[in-house]
Amino acid sequence: MKRSMYGKYGGQFVPEVLMPALAELEEAYERYKNDPEFLAELDYYMKEFAGRETPLYFAKNLSKKYGIKIYLKREDLVHGGAHKLNNTLGQALLAKYMGKERIIAETGAGQHGTATAMASANMGFRSEVYMGAKDVIRQHMNVYRMELMGCKVHAVKSGSMTLKDAINEALRDWVTNVENTHYLIGSVVGPHPYPMIVRDFQSVIGKEVKEQIMEKEGRYPDSIVACAGGGSNAMGIFYPFIEDKEVRLFPVEAGGKGLKTTEKEALHSASLCVGEDGILQGAHTRILQDKYGQILESSSVSAGLDYSGVGPELAHFADIGRVKPCNVSDDEALEAFYELSLLEGIIPALESSHAIAYVMKMAKTGELGDLVVINLSGRGDKDLEAVFRLKEEGEKKEATEGKEACL
Amino acid sequence: MRIADKFAELENKREKALIAYVCAGDPSIEATKEIVHALVKGGADIIELGLPFSDPVADGPTIQAASTRALAAGMNPDLYFEMAASIKENVPLVCMTYYNLIYKRGIEKYAKDCAESGITGIIVPDLPAEESDELHAACRKNGVDLIFLITPVTTESRIKNTIGRTSGFVYIVSRLGVTGERVDVADSTKNILERIHTDVPKAVGFGISNKQQAAEVIKAGADAVIVGSAFVNIIASGSDVNERIEKLASKLKESCRE
Repeated sequence: MKRSMYGKYGGQFVPEVLMPALAELEEAYERYKNDPEFLAELDYYMKEFAGRETPLYFAKNLSKKYGIKIYLKREDLVHGGAHKLNNTLGQALLAKYMGKERIIAETGAGQHGTATAMASANMGFRSEVYMGAKDVIRQHMNVYRMELMGCKVHAVKSGSMTLKDAINEALRDWVTNVENTHYLIGSVVGPHPYPMIVRDFQSVIGKEVKEQIMEKEGRYPDSIVACAGGGSNAMGIFYPFIEDKEVRLFPVEAGGKGLKTTEKEALHSASLCVGEDGILQGAHTRILQDKYGQILESSSVSAGLDYSGVGPELAHFADIGRVKPCNVSDDEALEAFYELSLLEGIIPALESSHAIAYVMKMAKTGELGDLVVINLSGRGDKDLEAVFRLKEEGEKKEATEGKEACL
Repeated sequence: MRIADKFAELENKREKALIAYVCAGDPSIEATKEIVHALVKGGADIIELGLPFSDPVADGPTIQAASTRALAAGMNPDLYFEMAASIKENVPLVCMTYYNLIYKRGIEKYAKDCAESGITGIIVPDLPAEESDELHAACRKNGVDLIFLITPVTTESRIKNTIGRTSGFVYIVSRLGVTGERVDVADSTKNILERIHTDVPKAVGFGISNKQQAAEVIKAGADAVIVGSAFVNIIASGSDVNERIEKLASKLKESCRE
């Protein structure tokens, strides 16, 4: 197996001009990942700036209702409101050690863009973020947050004008400015070494869970459940448990409006569940594509899961049966969004709501065992507008249907 | 026609090669055939026929837009090979596309389809030499040249490896960035050509749009110039396309004869 592979997946399917940059990045990462000075500085940022460690919270009301012990890993409490900062702090620090001056990133919902803007502002980088023009409108508050922190946001108008196109545009920028720029990828996707680097920086989540659950329960959980778009929060919490075979790992994908596909788009984002082998944005992985290999647009109520591919290593773990891919629909995720807010006083991100929804759905079946950890990867404040809009639309629809029934 | 035969023919005439890129099916299959005819009539020696991909990361706005138009008009790999087979110009045809379309069709089948439809070279901008074992083997088996790119930041050791796998011509990217017209090409071209030692013809592309730039590239030592976006822009304009394409090709070709 080649160094850049994760099982049969991974690799470096990028324009020639990026190959030296990937080599430089890998070399720098290998040099600094065990360097005491680098690690001490990263540790400082994680603790003092990001607010780690995050609690492993026993969700007593949820547990009572569903009859199993449910813990929430509170990544929603990380500065910025999501796990994204774990990775951006790590990579920005690496870029600093590498002597780069400028950081670029892609963002879907704006969470990774915001986390990039935070790390960049704090460490003194110029930062520019590419964001699909549709997402710029859908997530305008995050655009404003990024701009407040001195980050330039580019609205990408090509293709479907969403995350996939933002990544394409960030890659084009990197191709042009590779000598002074670090491309800070936000998930465990893209060419090697990114899936490895992002996984490692996010693994702080799983490492903390290991210690916390031992302290609270004296044993490892029966299962861990995390939502998966690109898969960074899932890999972050799963990876430290990979060798602990008794712990079942469930990546929950966005089932959207059903696992169906039209000619141009998928009604879901479930690349692990129903995707196929293919090459997308630098990596061989599982992707959503048509019969010719053109990439299908994905769909989900949650922008952070709305992606046509998935991290290559997660695809590998799915292939060998170490993780069990599953999915829940938009409606199920919304239900979980409301339920956690009501029962625990915690408003989850729509992304994380997918993980909660899966636990709600499966708790009674025994598949998850008696002790479950959910990665609560982000908070839901960013989604309030979208949820209210959906609620209004739903009420309007109900009213119309009611009228029709009366006639 | 094999690429090597074309370069041999040009060498006899003491000419350099003009390589022209167009995106197949932009705006229609019929139009592409006429455009290819106009290119050859104007003096293009090799035609790069792009097979459009939904996510062309190595391309600038001009060729992205062409890909979008072609896909919207219904271009797909089946139609692409049919169209290539129906082109009867006396020039080598080279397929330029992204790796997922090749992978999805089946690497072996893709190379075979190229050979059977008269395509004698393949360029894959998102396939560096390290990832090319399978396609390289399939191309060799089917008598198709696999053409790699070399850029100003490619290291000496990678230049050596990459050139070892390249046949037909080596595609030299004269500056960093995506495809598209640019103003300034001379210096960077000279620098990179000095670093590349091979018998395989050296073709320089990215950012060449007019006769003067083409002449500079040839003067710097290139065996061929590759021009894409300038032709695609004419196609996008939609007015007097074939006439203007032929005229631009003939102007560019002049600098290959001097």
